[in-house]
Order: sequence, then C-alpha cells, then structure tokens
Amino acid sequence: MTAAVEASGLGKKYGRRWALSDCTLSIPVGRVVGLVGPNGAGKTTLLSLATGMLAPTTGSIRVLGGTPGSGPRQLARVGYVAQDTPTYAGLSVADHLRLGAHLNPGWDADLANRRISQLGLRPDQKAGTLSGGQRAQLALTLAIAKRPELLILDEPIASLDPLARREFLQVLMETTAESQVSVIMSSHLVADLERIADYLVVLMGSRVQLAGEVDQLLATHQLLTGARRDPASLPSSQHVVTASHTDRQSTILVRADEPALDPSWSVSQIDLEDLVLAYMGLARTEPDGPGRLAAAKILEEKR
Amino acid sequence: MIWLTWRQFRWQAVTAAAFLAMLAIALGITGPGLVSRYDQLGLGTCHTECTSLAGQFLDDFKNGPDARLFYAGLALMYVAPALIGIFWGAPLIAREFEHGTHRLAWNQSVSRTRWAAVKLGLVGLATVASAGLLSLMIGWWASPIDDALGYGQPYTGTWSPRLNPLMFGARGVAPLGYAAFAFVLGVTAGVIIRRTLPAMAATLVIFAAVQFLMPTLVRPHLIPPVQATAPFNANAADEIVMTSEGSGPTTMMLKGNFSRPGAWVLSNQTITRSGRVFDGPPARACTSNSAPPQACSNWLNSLHLRQLVSFQPASRFWPLQWAETGVYLIIAAGLGALCIWQIRRRRA
Repeated sequence: MTAAVEASGLGKKYGRRWALSDCTLSIPVGRVVGLVGPNGAGKTTLLSLATGMLAPTTGSIRVLGGTPGSGPRQLARVGYVAQDTPTYAGLSVADHLRLGAHLNPGWDADLANRRISQLGLRPDQKAGTLSGGQRAQLALTLAIAKRPELLILDEPIASLDPLARREFLQVLMETTAESQVSVIMSSHLVADLERIADYLVVLMGSRVQLAGEVDQLLATHQLLTGARRDPASLPSSQHVVTASHTDRQSTILVRADEPALDPSWSVSQIDLEDLVLAYMGLARTEPDGPGRLAAAKILEEKR
Repeated sequence: MIWLTWRQFRWQAVTAAAFLAMLAIALGITGPGLVSRYDQLGLGTCHTECTSLAGQFLDDFKNGPDARLFYAGLALMYVAPALIGIFWGAPLIAREFEHGTHRLAWNQSVSRTRWAAVKLGLVGLATVASAGLLSLMIGWWASPIDDALGYGQPYTGTWSPRLNPLMFGARGVAPLGYAAFAFVLGVTAGVIIRRTLPAMAATLVIFAAVQFLMPTLVRPHLIPPVQATAPFNANAADEIVMTSEGSGPTTMMLKGNFSRPGAWVLSNQTITRSGRVFDGPPARACTSNSAPPQACSNWLNSLHLRQLVSFQPASRFWPLQWAETGVYLIIAAGLGALCIWQIRRRRA
C-alpha cells in the first residue's frame, strides 16, 4: 500500500536558515494525522512541501505515491486548506462553490451544498464578510467537496474561537467517518488534535522529534517516579526520554516496549499532551544538558 | 478557469465597456459635423488649393469647441495603455499573492500553467480589444483633421501629420501593441514584486520610460530612413542662426527648407563640400549690421553647401505602425512567457 506521505531526507532552506531538515517519515493512508509543534517549527513548510507549494532543497517527498503538485491529477487527489484559510473576499459563498465545480472534475455538488446549508451560510454572502470560523468552514468545504484522497489542513483553527473550533472539528470528524479520506492537520496545540488524531508527528526546531500511532505512543511511554537514582542504572530496554531529580526523588520518562517491572518505581501513564511537551522540551537543547531537566520540569509543572 | 477569470474581471470589464460606450456617444455626436465641414470646404475632392483649404479647415477647428475633444482623444490614446497596465495588469496576480488566494487557486485540480495562461489570455484579449476599439473610434473621429494635417500645413507640435511622434502613437494599430505590452508588463511586475501597489508604480515607470525611448531611439530605425540631398539655397532657408559666446569665434547654424507633406524629418543638416557639418565662421557680410541681408545669402550660396536630410516619408505610416506593433507584441509575448515560467517555478 502506498503511503499517504513518504518523505526521505527532506529539507527546505530559506536563505541560510533551514525551515525543515532531514525529515524522514512514512505516514500510512487512512489515518487522521496530527502534526504538532510550536510556531516556526516547520509545520507549514512540511505541509507546503506535501502540496507542492514549495519545492524541497534536499531529499524527496511523495504524496499518495505521486510528486506533490505535479499536475491536475495529483492536485485532484489532495485537498488543501492553507494557513489563514484564504478565500476570495469579493466572491460570494455560491461563487466559491461554482469555482470548485469549474476547477475540479471530481466535484461533489450535493456534498458542498449540504455542508453550506448545514453551516447556515447564505449563498449570496460575500466571503469577505464571513467570520473567521465561517471562512474556515467555507475553505474546508471547498477542500472536502473536491473528493480528495488526502486532506491537508494547515492550522485551520488556530485563529478561531472555541465554539468555531469545535464546529470545525465536528465537520472534519463527520467527513472522515463517512469517507475514506486521510487527513493531516497541523496545530501548535495538542489539545486541538487530541480528539481526532490517531497518528501523531511532533515537529520541533525544524526536525521531526516523534512520529507514530497515538495508541502505540501512549502504550510505550511510562512515567517512573521513585527514590532518587541515576537514570543510567535503568535496564537497556528502557530508553530514557527525560529525567528530573529532586534531593530525594527521581521522575523519569521512559520509552519501552514492555511495562516496567521494577517494584521500586511507581509507574504512571502519560497523556498525549505531556508526551508531546516532553519531546518538545527535549528538542530545545539537544542532545544532553539542562534541556532534559527543563523538559522534565515542564512535565512536573503540568502534573 | 474561464469562468473564474471572468468572475474576477467582470467589474473591470463593465467599467471599461461603460467608458467606451460614453466615449462612443460623445464622438458619435460631434464626429459627423467634422466630416460634413470637411466635405463642405471641398477638401475631399480638391486637386489644387488643397493646402490652403486644409489650413482654413484647421483654423476653424482649432477655434471651435471640438478642439478640446481632439486633445483629450490624443491624451487618452497615451493614457489608456498605461491605465490598463496599472489597473488590469499589475493586480491580476499580485492581488492573489497579497491575499494568499493563490494558495486556494493553486490547489484546485488545475495546473498553475493553465491558471496563469487563461488569466493572461482572457484579460489580454480584453486589453487588445479595448485598445482597438478606442483607436478605431478616435481615429475615425479625427480622420478629417488628420487628413487636413497631411496636406503639409506648416504646423508643428500637436498639429502635426500623423507620422510625427506625438500623433503616431495615438493612431492606427500601435496603441494595441502598447496596451498589450503595458498589460503584460503589469502582470510581470506583479508576479515578481508580489505587491499590488509597488507593482503598479513599477509598471507606470517602466512603461513611461519605454514609451519615451521608443520614438526617440527605436522607431526612426525600424525601417532605414531615406536620405535626400540637395544644394543648399540660402534664399529659401528655414533658419540661419549665428551665435557668439563671449570673445570666442562666432558660429553659424543653417537649416535648409525641406517640404515633403506628411514626412517625419529625423535630421536636416547643412554640410560643406568636404562633408563636414557647416558651422561657420560667418563672413563679415553676415555679421555686419550695415551689410544688406542679401549679401549674406549671396556669400552662403557661393560656398556650394549641400543640404542633407534624413526622413521617413509619409507613405511609411502603415509599415512603421505594423513594425512597431510587432516589436511591442514580441516583447509582450516574451514577458508573458516569463510570467508563466515564474509562476511554475515560484513556490508559495
């Protein structure tokens, strides 16, 4: 089966700055992928590379087996809602649907009209007068109604109020439920993605820090708390992600395929947000040093 | 893509159509009067006396109410291509970049090449059609005046035959070339600068520069000019100018008479028998206040000077029009290709 996104050694440089470097990923189809990372981590760059809006500086990327943006056929297979959900301010909602119908051979007019009426948008309303949430919904409708195999959403809800966020995610979840579309959605907030993502990619400092199925990531990470001890004394099957120590206590995040058996530890599960934060903190000062501690601190503060 | 282009362009198209319609009405009301006045004077059927009849017609016209319309028409022919470049060309793609809507457009199932080609093609077609209509209407309206001017009235400046630089660019097919060039120039500026206002400014500056350089540097040589030579006759000279700077030698500049109705004179020099441009020094007969004027002319004629004129004859109006239009269309096509290449290459 071809991957939704297959990147190898992918990098993009702006002038002297690498916006994305050495990105190797293989995201299977049929997933709802959360791409998370702080602002400036390279999320938009990665998604722009996947839609062919950017060309890579190094490495290669294939989307659904094809070169991104390589022609009408490839463009028809990928739906893209760009950052800030651009729409034509001077065109009405109905005009946007007509635009979609004219420019996409696979256009699903019924679906588009149904969405618009469900959202309560007036067809004759100019897109420039829509609220941010309505505009995002219109952009999403355009991307969905072209019936893509892969839907790429670049921070579509970053600027929306909580209610509009919820509505947007609702529509997205309904869509993924009724069609076999794969989704990649980026956000700088884990909470936005937690409800819908079943696959997670953490991007930080232009590098991929973590990628995998959400269930598996949660199952293989454990937080160990116990009397102070050196993390190096842990068995080799337990990979230390972060460690923090007080005078008497150690808190260590480990990745391991099997549960920790050592009875001197109290073992707890970690939630997605904390996991992401731990990896983000880790990236801040790679590879060793105070950064690891900082990450663990973030973790502790969160608890 | 055609639908979207039309949907985005329709207000500009309607504005242009309304303007052209209003102009057509104004010209349609006043135009027939000019034609009948022209025929009344017998200018259409004259064999002799044409020049003086034309002079009468032009004198009447210049003092009449339609003269302003003539000036306005002339100005409009120069301004319209610039306006098209600024308001149709520059925003066409720059506005998409500015509002980020190219990211919406480029992710529909249409290649960028097609997106850009349809936009360029359709609005470019509207550009050429508008300029063509404008030139046709104003050319028709002004044809009695242009014809009268062609009879070689000793007018200069605005009131010149149609081959003279000022009139040439406002008549015939050249304005179509200007408009096409200005439009594609605007689009290109927008694609490269990616901001509407700076692109508009760049379009205006570059277009104005090209419109200035074309008649001064390029047009005279589009077809090699005709060289004519004749003995210099001081009695019929247009100009005899003597200048002395301080205590330096006095120089003398001569310009012989040259009359070919409707011709565009590029240079008119008086040369000595050795082939040098004559610059004096003048004989005492010319500088002395007591000598009769004829004495100076006699002296000049005794020098056996020759008059050398380089010019484009009136019959070359259309060949020059097509050549110039061709040059502009080729530049426009080149810029159009550059635009599409930039859009294909340029990543959002």
